[in-house]
Amino acid sequence: MNAHEIVNSDRFKKLVRKRWTFSYIMLAILFVVYFGYLFLISLDKEQMIHLVTPNITLGIALFVAVIVIAWVLTIIYVLWANSSYDKEVEELKKMLK
Amino acid sequence: MNEVIAQRLANFQAGKADPIALIFFAIIVAGTLMITYWAARKTKTTSEFYAAGRSVTGFQNGLALAGDYMSAASFLGISGMVALRGYDGAIYAVGWLVGWPALMFLIAEPLRNLGKFTFADVVSSRLKNRPIRIASAVGGILVVLCYTIAQMVGAGKLIQLMFGMPYELAEILVGTVMLLYVLFGGMLATTWVQIIKAVLLLFGITILAGLVLFKFGFNPANLFGAVSDTYGFETMFKPGGFVTSPIEALSLGLALMFGLLGLPHILMRFFTVPDAKEARKSVAYATTFIGYFYLVIPIVGFGAAALVGQEFITGIDKGGNMAAPILAAALGGKPFLGFIAAVAFATILAVVAGLTLAASSAMSHDIYVSVFKKGQATEAEQVKVARIATVVFGVAAVALGILFKNQNVAFLVGLAFAIAASANFPALLLSITWKKFSTRGAVWSIIAGAVSASLCILFSPVIWVNIFGFEKAIFPLKNPAIVSMSIAFLAAYIGSVTAPEPESQEKFEQEKIRTYLGVGAE
Repeated sequence: MNAHEIVNSDRFKKLVRKRWTFSYIMLAILFVVYFGYLFLISLDKEQMIHLVTPNITLGIALFVAVIVIAWVLTIIYVLWANSSYDKEVEELKKMLK
Repeated sequence: MNEVIAQRLANFQAGKADPIALIFFAIIVAGTLMITYWAARKTKTTSEFYAAGRSVTGFQNGLALAGDYMSAASFLGISGMVALRGYDGAIYAVGWLVGWPALMFLIAEPLRNLGKFTFADVVSSRLKNRPIRIASAVGGILVVLCYTIAQMVGAGKLIQLMFGMPYELAEILVGTVMLLYVLFGGMLATTWVQIIKAVLLLFGITILAGLVLFKFGFNPANLFGAVSDTYGFETMFKPGGFVTSPIEALSLGLALMFGLLGLPHILMRFFTVPDAKEARKSVAYATTFIGYFYLVIPIVGFGAAALVGQEFITGIDKGGNMAAPILAAALGGKPFLGFIAAVAFATILAVVAGLTLAASSAMSHDIYVSVFKKGQATEAEQVKVARIATVVFGVAAVALGILFKNQNVAFLVGLAFAIAASANFPALLLSITWKKFSTRGAVWSIIAGAVSASLCILFSPVIWVNIFGFEKAIFPLKNPAIVSMSIAFLAAYIGSVTAPEPESQEKFEQEKIRTYLGVGAE
């Protein structure tokens, strides 16, 4: 197959669609987590000083949670891309000869 | 135990050059200049000058990206903000991290596959080259300039405080050393300076936070308890004026998150790795280091409040920027203060070097070579122009740093992020994802984003009220991103619909093989 045929193949189109679906789902989760955090703070500041454990406020716990979730989302994307996306890319590249 | 701290604080004097600090400082500068000498021999072609010959690994680039992003402003500024204002500083810190996952999901891989040296390469790849080059280079230079002025002014004040050097001399020193890195070593030297600085900074804050936690039985809860006891629980842990209304929160969050995706000095790092897979790895490593950095910074800030005291911190610097160095002096004595001071200095040098390289690539590669010479320039000529542009920008940076000496420049960083999010990011994202994006759409989007972001900031409470002294702000929000980003996307849509380009839509389809498979990527 030449480049033109690859780009028009169903397999390639499916790969592109899959890539963006996955990306946008991850971005949506990130949005919910980060903007949810900011909205909670802006709407109810009293809630943030509620103690989760002695001396640790809900605000501190959420601070740690948002950073950890953002990092985990990044790692999930890499694991997904390394296993699922790259394999498909390699096979499509092999077809291009 | 606390007597030792009191004794060390009594010995602490700002503005007095400490011999140990100077020795550490000399070692760092000498070490980085040796790297520059080594890199200079490998830097002859344009690809080597701008992109380190695409020889950087994902791990190295991850450290360098983290180095570019963890500026002295974050290290000293956020720890100081936490020390003085408590939890509000932590809310701010979160915003600086969340752009990284977004960068990964949206643009990291296509950016690497489509680009050559600058993000303007990507935006202009399938559209009419010249108008886009000019618009995106101007957008990029504006962002870099705002960011650089803020860094230079911060740097001058910091060095003045730590080494007792006159402000102007400090500016010239930073400018000279930084120019040596960029001029002779290009991207390769700049990358290694960033890597070294990132490692030193991560090591430094780890030791600092470890020493704080050691004082509190390795339990952060004890630290928070001590902070509450001294300053009051609500004062330090209840969110204050930083996030007021949901719409203000949304606007600030958008600027911080998508501003990262429009910072030229960050984007150009993606061209230093060999392929999209390494680009992806570099974001993963960068997110890991930066996430760790922002998790640890509040411990340093709260530690400074508990162990040093707010009064002492504001006595040295009103803005609280010296909280971390003072804490280092209190916990580790002079050698540790010397180390932290030297790391802060190296941080400034490295960040300004990265910014200068980004500005010089926009001036030489985007404007001179692509627009004036229409891409017809020899290798030797391109490298020569790049070096001239570097000197021009370096001298401008020093001059502006001196000119803005007594100005409050904190708003410049906000402006840099707002313009990056509104002018550069929409055009970059749409050129990768939207088939019907046209030249007019791109140019309109960049101009509308840059102009609306700048005007909104000018008329915002931050400048119109606080600096010009008017009673009421014309634009109600502190951060314009929600408005200016919407305007930029709208301008892109209207421009593209009114002037469609069938040939670039055809090119978009053909280019997909490069965007997604990396076939034909440089």
